[in-house]
Amino acid sequence: MKRVLVTSLFLLASTITFAGGYRVGLQGQRGLAMGHTGVAYVNSAELAFFNPAGLVFLENKINASAGGFGVFSSVAWQNEGTGQYAQTDSPMSTPFYLYGSYALNENLSLGLAVYTPYGSTVEWPTDWAGSHLVNNIELAAIFIQPLVSFKISDKFSVGGGPIFVTGNVNFNRNANRFLTDLEGNRSNVTIDDSGVTNWGYSVGAMFKVTDNFTLGANYRSEIILDSKDGTATFANFPNDSGEAITVGTTEIPSNGTTGFKASLPLPAEFTIGGSYSKDKWVVNFDYTRTFWDVYEDLDIVFSNGQESINPRNYKNSSIYKVGFGYSASERIMLRAGYYFDESPVQSGYFAPETPRNDSNGFSAGLSYVISDNFAIDASFLYVRFKEINESYDYVDDGSSFGGDYKSSAFVPGIGLTYKL
Amino acid sequence: MKNYIKYMALSAVLLTACEAELDNPIEDGGVYSSGSADFSTFVSVGNSLTSGYADGALYISGQQNSFPSILAGQFALAGGGEFTQPLVDDNSGGLLAGGTQIQPNRFVLALDAAGNPGPVRLEGTATTDITNVLSGPFNNMGVPGAKSFHLVAPGYGNIAGVATGASNPYFVRFASSTEATIIGDAAAQNPTFFSLWIGNNDILSFATSGGTGVDQSGNLDPSTYGGNDITDPNVFASIYNQEIQALMASASGGVVFNVPDVTSIPFFTTVPFNAIPLDATTAAGVNQAYVQYNGGLAQYAALGVITAEERDARTIDFQEGQNAVVIEDETLTTLPNPAGGTLPNIRQATADDLLLLTTSSKLGTLADPDNPGSVIGVGVALGDVDVLIPEEQALIATAQASYNATIQGLAQANDLAFVDSRAILNQLADTGIAFDAGTLTSTFATGGAFSLDGVHPTPRGYAYLANQAIDAINSTYGSTIPKVNIGSYGTVNISN
Repeated sequence: MKRVLVTSLFLLASTITFAGGYRVGLQGQRGLAMGHTGVAYVNSAELAFFNPAGLVFLENKINASAGGFGVFSSVAWQNEGTGQYAQTDSPMSTPFYLYGSYALNENLSLGLAVYTPYGSTVEWPTDWAGSHLVNNIELAAIFIQPLVSFKISDKFSVGGGPIFVTGNVNFNRNANRFLTDLEGNRSNVTIDDSGVTNWGYSVGAMFKVTDNFTLGANYRSEIILDSKDGTATFANFPNDSGEAITVGTTEIPSNGTTGFKASLPLPAEFTIGGSYSKDKWVVNFDYTRTFWDVYEDLDIVFSNGQESINPRNYKNSSIYKVGFGYSASERIMLRAGYYFDESPVQSGYFAPETPRNDSNGFSAGLSYVISDNFAIDASFLYVRFKEINESYDYVDDGSSFGGDYKSSAFVPGIGLTYKL
Repeated sequence: MKNYIKYMALSAVLLTACEAELDNPIEDGGVYSSGSADFSTFVSVGNSLTSGYADGALYISGQQNSFPSILAGQFALAGGGEFTQPLVDDNSGGLLAGGTQIQPNRFVLALDAAGNPGPVRLEGTATTDITNVLSGPFNNMGVPGAKSFHLVAPGYGNIAGVATGASNPYFVRFASSTEATIIGDAAAQNPTFFSLWIGNNDILSFATSGGTGVDQSGNLDPSTYGGNDITDPNVFASIYNQEIQALMASASGGVVFNVPDVTSIPFFTTVPFNAIPLDATTAAGVNQAYVQYNGGLAQYAALGVITAEERDARTIDFQEGQNAVVIEDETLTTLPNPAGGTLPNIRQATADDLLLLTTSSKLGTLADPDNPGSVIGVGVALGDVDVLIPEEQALIATAQASYNATIQGLAQANDLAFVDSRAILNQLADTGIAFDAGTLTSTFATGGAFSLDGVHPTPRGYAYLANQAIDAINSTYGSTIPKVNIGSYGTVNISN
């Protein structure tokens, strides 16, 4: 049996990914190691994210989990029609989480969750072939959520709480495929904003069908980040006059800094799943539906009158997840998992700022119990994307940008679990 | 410590292994084939069109978008090597000789006070001094202004001849010695592949001078030619063959371009022959000034000194609406003026006359600021230097047809890729060429294909020519070089 597990761990480790769009599914070491499952898995404070209804079922009075990940992702692109190629050189991004719960009494627990479920860090070579769509983008959102978990009966509980989101964005791209100043420097625009805030919520329910089998469901609401106080910097345009000039049919904005307005939706997510444990084993199955259809356009309206309309037309998508846990000893718990993540990006809308196609995530990890109170959790995720030939057909000059894309990501993570 | 190093190495391997890799990466080579050609040393020979000249000057970003540079970028995908160019020192484009400016800065498109865009020379100091000789060799041997016979002329890069026009300041910058020839410096690099586009200036300088030069057909000694003369077709044929042989000595192949029609470039097609708008009163007033001239013509025709056709062609008649410009035509019969001297050899232009782009800035202005009757094109005729009349166009066309027959014949005889740039430019002028974000046309300033001097292409125009060369090379040598997307190349530069 052990040998089989080791082999399967090895196989899993050689094949893993995240979630579509700019969703980053890395909300706990234990959950991630098991294919990012956990909506029905009563094990640690990670429930604060996966399903707050379960917090009240935790055995200890105080539970806490904290950790972080290093995301190493890269995307290769080429176009055989023109011979152009490029590869991202994205810096490591570091999603993190912090969860805690406190049992007021047998039927009521309070909790707090801080996590980073959305983000994107993509850095293409400056002025690369797709620079009119993106040179680089950095997007991050931190969710902060107080929670209540309430046991309605021995078998049934509910939980949830309001979410406060604070986000930031920095996005640079060239004005179009060719415009330069007189020195040949490409004209470009950078938008930058931080401290964009809004509110949402999540609610969950958990049902202990038997001692060994639990069902759970969790819903996290859609949150729209409206950016209106940021700055847009126009640089290297052949116009320093302070106002836009029109030459023929082309309008050329002036260099300088102005404001902008843009909206970025963080879509709602619904997860349902089960967890079954027997002897030393536990198996989790989760299904997640993400309501990406809210992301229709990325429209940026600048205070200087310029506008950038970028159709996205995302579709709702599903993630199918499975995870296994095995208690190898009193101190060591081994975990492995797999998920299939459908891309929300439709054909013809494949833009290089979030170049995500369907992916397979393979995860593994372990927990090591240091003491009665502390355990170290480690996880590893490898996300495998198929090579895909796709394009973005809605460039504002009427052209299309596409080619062969291949992405990959690998994500080591480490965390700490505390219980008292 | 040892373990630490081991883990560092291991994590480095893991990080590398995580880089996304395509199944058939272009970066690793092997996707494209060079066929029977060898692109390892690519040398380009020619004139301004090879150098990347645009907007009336040679400047860095223009050179970076020269058609040979674009070609070399694509050749690099199939075994092509480095491609060096004698880059000038700035993006203003002017030339200095010992600190004195001898070539003006480039044109940029600027808005005038009324907000209308028009070409103006870029202000600012030029920094490229031709006394600063670069050490080559350079793969791009394009020399602005060079004619066919200049490529084989020793001393064409000798600074001593620049002032008299015996040598060329652009070649002075990178000639290997004062006695070097362009073709010699090119052949000395043992090119494995070459491009040759020459012959344009053998007719173009005649055309842009308004046909004031001499058609030297029959004169086999180019050292006696003036700068604006048409090169004898036999001289062209002999020298062109000599150049092909010099380059073929080491090359696996090459690509050659023929000479486009002058009527396909905006320098000759932008200013309409009927550029003068007049109301009825003004037209009647202006006609008064030509009553005597018209009367004289009628008398000479009645006497049979000139034909009725010449009388009709010369009779000046302005009407309400758009009116043809008054031009000088040296082919008209010289007639004594009863009041003394001769009648002017003038007539109103027809659609067959080509008014040079440079007339756009003087048409309608006063030749004499104190004389309201001296409106250029109305009361004062445009000169011989301003117009290419049909007789001059015919001389050009005859020489051009002969050059082009030579070029195509030698291309076939030597199994070279041949680019019919004449057909390409005619297509640009007639219908335009569609691309993924519009249509490329020859329309001055806005068509996208021609830079602000009206003669030389924009980067996008050069990219289109490079693509046509790639098609010709692929079909001649069985290579699979990919073409560039011309929508990614710029057009005219705006300055505000």
